[in-house]
Parts: sequence; structure tokens; C-alpha cells
Amino acid sequence: MTEMTKPGIWQDVPSPFCGIASDDLLIKVEELTVSIVENGDDITRKGFETPITDVSPRIKGKDVSLDKAISHITHLLRDSKQPVISGMATDLNGARSAMALADKSRATIDNMDSAASMRNILVLQDTGYMVTTLTEVRNRVDLLVVIGSDIEASYPRFFERMVWNKESMFDQDLTSREVVYLGKAPSGDMSTSPQGKKAQVFTCDDAELPEVMSVLRALVNGKEIQAEQVGGIAVSDLTVLAGKLSKAVYSVVAWDAGDLKFNHAEVTVQTLCEMVKDLNLETRSSGLPLGGKDGSITANQVSAWQSGYPMRTNFNRGYPDYDPSLSDTKRMLDNDEVDTLVWLSSYNIDRTPPTSNAKTIVLGRSGMTFEQEPEVFIPVGTPGIDHVGRTFRCDGVVSIPLRKLRDSGLPSTFDVLTAVEKAL
Amino acid sequence: MLTKLTGGKLYDPAHGVDGEIRDIYIRDGRIINKPLDGKVTTEIDLRGKIVMAGAIDMHTHIGGGKVNIARMMLPEDHAQDVITRTELMRSGCGHAAPSTLTAGYRYAEMGYTAGFEPAILPINARQAHMEMHDTPIIDKGGYAMLGSDDFLLRMMASNDDQQAINNYVAWTLTHSQAIGIKVVNPGGINAFKFNQRKLDLDEKNKFYGVTPREILLRLARAVKELGIPHPLHVHGCNLGVPGNLNTTIDTMEGIEGLPMHMTHIQFHSYGTEGDFKFSSGSAQIAEVINKHKNITADVGQILFGQTVTASGDSMRQHAAHPHAHPKKWVSMDIECDAGCGVLPFKYKDQSYVNALQWMIGLETFLMVDDPWRVFLTTDHPNGAPFTSYPHLIKLLMDKTFRNDVLSTLHPEAQKASHLGSLDREYSLYEIAIMTRAGAARLVGLADRGHLGAGGAADITVYTDHADREIMFSSPDYVFKDGRIVVKDGHLIDVTWGTTHVVKPEYDNSIEKELKPYFDRYHTQKMGNFKISDDEIVDDGRGSLTVQPLHEGGPI
Repeated sequence: MTEMTKPGIWQDVPSPFCGIASDDLLIKVEELTVSIVENGDDITRKGFETPITDVSPRIKGKDVSLDKAISHITHLLRDSKQPVISGMATDLNGARSAMALADKSRATIDNMDSAASMRNILVLQDTGYMVTTLTEVRNRVDLLVVIGSDIEASYPRFFERMVWNKESMFDQDLTSREVVYLGKAPSGDMSTSPQGKKAQVFTCDDAELPEVMSVLRALVNGKEIQAEQVGGIAVSDLTVLAGKLSKAVYSVVAWDAGDLKFNHAEVTVQTLCEMVKDLNLETRSSGLPLGGKDGSITANQVSAWQSGYPMRTNFNRGYPDYDPSLSDTKRMLDNDEVDTLVWLSSYNIDRTPPTSNAKTIVLGRSGMTFEQEPEVFIPVGTPGIDHVGRTFRCDGVVSIPLRKLRDSGLPSTFDVLTAVEKAL
Repeated sequence: MLTKLTGGKLYDPAHGVDGEIRDIYIRDGRIINKPLDGKVTTEIDLRGKIVMAGAIDMHTHIGGGKVNIARMMLPEDHAQDVITRTELMRSGCGHAAPSTLTAGYRYAEMGYTAGFEPAILPINARQAHMEMHDTPIIDKGGYAMLGSDDFLLRMMASNDDQQAINNYVAWTLTHSQAIGIKVVNPGGINAFKFNQRKLDLDEKNKFYGVTPREILLRLARAVKELGIPHPLHVHGCNLGVPGNLNTTIDTMEGIEGLPMHMTHIQFHSYGTEGDFKFSSGSAQIAEVINKHKNITADVGQILFGQTVTASGDSMRQHAAHPHAHPKKWVSMDIECDAGCGVLPFKYKDQSYVNALQWMIGLETFLMVDDPWRVFLTTDHPNGAPFTSYPHLIKLLMDKTFRNDVLSTLHPEAQKASHLGSLDREYSLYEIAIMTRAGAARLVGLADRGHLGAGGAADITVYTDHADREIMFSSPDYVFKDGRIVVKDGHLIDVTWGTTHVVKPEYDNSIEKELKPYFDRYHTQKMGNFKISDDEIVDDGRGSLTVQPLHEGGPI
């Protein structure tokens, strides 16, 4: 368990920032200053070390008491005809309180990364998938195929923890593990094995990836392909890859839906997932969707168990009404459909709300700067630093307990939203 | 505060009370003997009413990863049963995979005051508890799944002594905050990851060389020796496979007299007779249950219509994927610990197989003699959603109704079953055993499922309607810990139930092995795997109730 081993030193601290929930961090806390002593990376360092600057709530840029800010939010929501609660970068209890408030205020609920997570959720709702989790990857993968994603840029410790680990449960020769990139090239060398074996890389434009993926699936199924190349990749290379997938004992096909930024990328995710299903008729293979930063998995999980639906659900009519297209925050804001936006962003000071004509309430991490000063800003605590919490990692299976590391006095998102809900 | 429930006709099998007119006194949420002093503050006239303890669902998938996958994948199913917010209730959805809030409300409205999640993957236990925390009114708890986890199989492969296994079992149960131990397709979920597609009772796992029979014996013995009241909860090998009845019989007879609960046994009672090579094995199964007093079973009745199957049995769920309806399904390998499979399914009354499954379930209910050893479940939502229980009770209590339904089903299936010749009708007393007294005893709840002094005042009051489906759909009153939560079939108050657990004693030096094991192989630290009591209490709404252990000790 996360615990203080000597004054100000915490060990086994889990990161709510990195999506893969690394929980081996050694952290030093001096008064309000937090620093990572061991096992940090660019993402977790920023996550833990961003200093507290502002501590006072503001209305229209002027410092006010927390009570005043809460009461102002209550008034705004009471008068609102179409509120949206979005961002949703918070922990379990923050998400619970947001759901309760959305239900009561008849708001629409959405997450800042729904564009990415919907690429997977739409597949789940249409055909489903076969997927795996991080410990399985760590102990079983013999062939990792990365589709259209630069894993190490977003998950710097993925390869260290899941691929180039020192030992596995099943006596696998870990040096024989292979990594293949299809689509994007990796931005660094993390996928290179400790012995120096480099990943194979087949690049294509994002726009070509749907076709490349379809051809790979066809080849896995033994179909003959007339073309010699697709998206600039030789079909002979894809044939070899298809052969490797068929021969692998436990291949893992990974993608980060956040990197698949092209129209209808869900169809490519679907092709990929159907290919994994095809492979499982003979051998074992699993998908691995990466993601889950800024609370996106947590938000979707809590929303699903409390309402039956993931994000992009509205409560306008008193019951949950899911619409992954219409209830897109950005679309609604751009269309001036929203009069009040509640933006929850307690992890990352750069994840500020989109600019819009809506009256905007931000429950954000201390230190945010805004292009457009929000109507209300309340600096809230960061889960796992300023207050206890729980959050899900990318695979949606494992959740981690977050500890309070310092006493900043900042309220939690749960505290604020619960107070608003009670006052409403 | 002293409440008196006056003149109801009580069915309280824990105390042998079979339809006697008695008063009940409630103080501070508990049933008490008639007090010598003290003024009755509230009196409720129950003359002419039927009174039972609150019902207990001992096997219902209400919380955890696979249930939530089912919810997320079925927007079209929810759309037919969306729930509007009221002053009292949150909005949500019902039918096959209801939202947690709606599940709690609907259980209470049916007179149920407790439900137990039967498949808590230890690595996913935190989520199961989060969801159950958001399930109002009813008490909850769950069974921690072992048997395909690497650590246990590793211990067995190296032939560790039983004491070490007991320590590991107790450690897992304690830190996943569970009340029992479950095994699903023993070793099979693990074998599927090594690309084994079936695993019979005596077939070895490729990597560990361990068989399902050995796993069952080790775990059943651990449960018994640790004094865990709930017997090892077993989802056997070969679920759904025609001919699996032989494996099921072998499983029951091979457990060497240790307490064992066979769950959703209907799915494990299939023969291969007849033109369709699919036949009922319920007579043989019931005979073995009747003979072996160490065996209990719940049925896992199927009822016709759309539902979703959510199971830890990734091996069998994967094999069943061509039957998904609509055509979508999920299979997961999970953390070298377990797995899961989720596939929507539609049971059709004009399908030979589905019709016979319906008959096999009912035959089992009617042919197991002892109502203390058979339990009313649909394996919610796998056989049908829990909201169909009143219908199922009517099928058990009303032979005419049962045979009327039977006569509408696939004609060849009718010929393959002798259900029509079974005259048994369950009595109210027997229903109270199956759904209250027996269930509480089986799960190990000392203070629930009965109406005696000291028991929690979880009480359901019905009108004695000849149509048992109407009667059990809509209780006159439901009391939860002494508070009226349902009146005239409608929710009038929302409370938050407790989480029942047991805390067996064990040697904590097991952590000396587990800590480095987590460090070497896992992606989570041992300490962060553990669920603290504080997490169950959470925002103050939750609570833990530690139930008493049985006498354990080495066999």
C-alpha cells in the first residue's frame, strides 16, 4: 500500500495521470511541494509536480469564498435550460457526484476525451471485442503489433513495464518478443529490446490506415490480395505480418484511440478487433486498447453502472438518453446549444474548457490559465495528491486506491458538486 | 421507537414457523421479543397478510467488470426500459443489465433485501464493491473467484501443503472483502489463455499439470478448514456442453463429502440422447443431490426472451459466441487472475434446446427433495433478469399454470421431458426456505433470513393472492432494518444496505511470498491490491458486517 516510510517520503504511490497506473513511484512531499524521487516520467512528473498557485475560488475573475462560488453555480444551474457537465477529469467520487448532479439538473454528461473513447465504445456496442489487460501482456505477449499509435509518447513506461520486463510467469524467453508498428513510427527507442532488437515499422498516412488494416485482416483470413502495395506498404510485408500473427502463441494488438484522429476511425478499430477474433479461432490473440488518462475510463465506468450508458448521455427528459453524436460537448458548444458548461479538470492544468458562448464553470486544478476567464473558477484538489480517491486504468479492469499526500485545503470535486446538488 | 406488526401469518422456516399468526416487535432495526415494558410507538395491522423475512438472492450478477461491460454494450436493451427520475429515485435503466440504482430499487420492490455477487475477480473486486456501493437498499456481498489464478495453480504445481493454500485463500477473501469463495470452470479460464479449448475434470492444464478435480478438492478443503460458512461455490466444467451431466455428477461425487455448492446447475445437466443429441439430465442430477447431503445447488432457471450472459468462464463464453444475439460479444483475459465473457442471448420458446433448458431447470426444482438445499436463481442475468422471479415462483407453486406454459413450447422438447408428469407444487413455507432461511444459512448470514429475536428487521409482507406472480411482484410492505422502504409495491424510502463479509484467521506470513510475487510479475503492488475497510465505508453510506465463522480446523 502507498505509505509514508519516513517523514515526507511516500512509496508505492500510484499515478492517476499515466493511464497505465504505474504504482511504484517514490515521492517526496515538503509542505505543499511534491516531487518524484524514483520511477517518474514526463507525464507523471508533470502530474505530481505541478505547483499549487491559486487557491481562491473566483467569480468573473474576482476572488470569492467557496460558499459564494457554490451558491453562484447553483443559481446558474437552476436557471439553465441546457447545462452540460463535461471534462470529467476526476476520480470515482468526483464522477459519482457529477452523475448525481447531471441527473438532478437534467444536464448532458460528457468527457474531454470522448472523441477517442467513442472509437472503442461504438465497436463494443456494435460487434464487441476480445481484449486483455496489462499483467497478461507483461507475462504472455510474444508479438506486439501497434496500430496507428505512438505508444511511448503517451505512455512512456509502457515498454519498460509490459514488454521489456525482466521475467515472466511462464518462463518465456523475453528476448524473443517482437514488436511491429503499423501506421505510425514510434517517436523514440522504447520499443527496442534491451538487447538492441528494434521494432519493425511499416508506416502509412492515417488516411490509409483503414485500408491497410482491412488488407491485413483479409490476409490473416487467407484471402488473396491482387494489389502489390497498400498505403505505401508492400502487401508482401503485410503477408509476413499476417503469418506472424497466425503463428504467435499470444499476440497483442494495441492501439490508442486518441491517436486515431481520422473520420470514422471506429471502423478501423472494428476491423482490428474482428481480426483478433478471427485469429482466436486457431490461436490466442488479444486487443489492448490504451487510453484512460484524465479519468476517461473512470467516467465511462461510473456512468455505465449508474445510468446504463457511457458518456454523451443527456438527462434533459428526466431519464438517461444516450447519443454519441448529438451529445458531443464540442458540437453542442459550437452550435450554441449550451447555456451553462460545468468543466471538471482536476489532473492537468492544460486541459481547460473549449471557448464558447456558454457560461462556464471550471472546477480545475490550481494553476490553470484561461484564454477566456470563466464565469466561475474553483481550484480543486488533485485526486491522489490532495485527497484520497480511486481511478481506473486503461484496461477498465484494475482500479487503484489514491492517497492524500499533502494537506492543501483544496476542496475535492466531489465536495463541491455534492454541495451544489444539495443546494439545487 | 417500538414498532409492532400485528397479526400477520408468519412463514419463518428458520424457526419452524409455518403459517402461524404472530406479532413481531421491532426496535432499533432489530426484531425483539415482546417487550415487558415500552410503549408501542407504531402499530401496523397485518391481519390477513403473509409475512416472511426479506428475500435473499444468493447468486446474482449485480456488480463488477463483466456486468458493466454488459451495460455498456446494450444501449438498445436499456432503451426499452429507461427509468425516469422521481423525488425519491435516481433515473436509470432496467431489463437485462440494469443500472445499479434501478437494480436496488427493483429488488426492494420485489421484497428482496439482500443480493450476492457470485463472481468477484480479486483483481477487479474494488470495482465490484464500487458498484454494489451504488446499489441502494439491499445488503450485498460477494464470492471471490479463485481457481484460474496463477498463484494458486503455481502453489498446487509445486505441491504446497494445504495450510499454505488455506492462508492464500483466506488472504484473498479478506482483502477482496468477500464472504465466500467461488470457482469458475476450475483451471479452465487459465487453460484458455494457453489455447486449451476445453478442460474436463481430470484433464491437466498444459502449463501447471493441475486438474480441475484437484483444484476443487484443494479449495473445498480450504473453505471447510477456514470455517467459511458458505461452501465452495462451484461453476463446473463444460458449461452448456451436451453430455456435461456426467462431469457434473463426477464433480459432486468426487468432492469427498466436503461442502460444495453447485451453481446454475441447469446449465450443467445436459445429456446427449434423442434426435437432437440434447436431452435432460435433471433426474440423474437430482438423484445425486438428494443422496449427497454435502451438496447444495441453485438452479439458474432460464426464461424466454432477450437477456445477456456475463460470466467469468471465458473459455465457454468464447465457444458460445456463434449464439450471441444480437451478434456482438466480449471476451477478456484478465491479469493472470481470471477472465470473462459477455454475450447477449435470446432464449426462444420455439427452440428445442431453449425449451428443454426451461424444462430441465423446473425439473431440477421439482425433483430435489430438500428445499434447504436448492435455491431459486436465474443466475441473473444469464438465464433471465431477476425481475422474473415472481413468474418463476408461480411456475413452481402452480402446476396448472406450469403445464399451460409447457404445452406452448417446442413440441419435440415437450416429448423429451417428463415435466408434465411432475405434480409437485411448492408451498409458501418451501418458497420461504429457498429464498430466505435456506439462502441465509447457505451464505452464512446469522442475522438475516429469519424473523426471530435478534434478527435484522428485514421483513416482507404480502397479500395472499391466488396468482403467486401478482403476490410476489408487489409486496404490501418491505422493511429494511426496521424502516418501511416499500408500501403497496412502491418504494417510499431509500436506504443503503451493508456489505456482509467473513474474516477467517490465517497466517499473514503469506505476504512474505506475495509481496515479491506482485513485484516480479504483476502491474500492481500487493498493497494497492488490498481493499481497505475504509473503501467499503467510503462516503459514510457503506458499512461492513462481519458474519460469524463456522468451526474450522484441519480435516
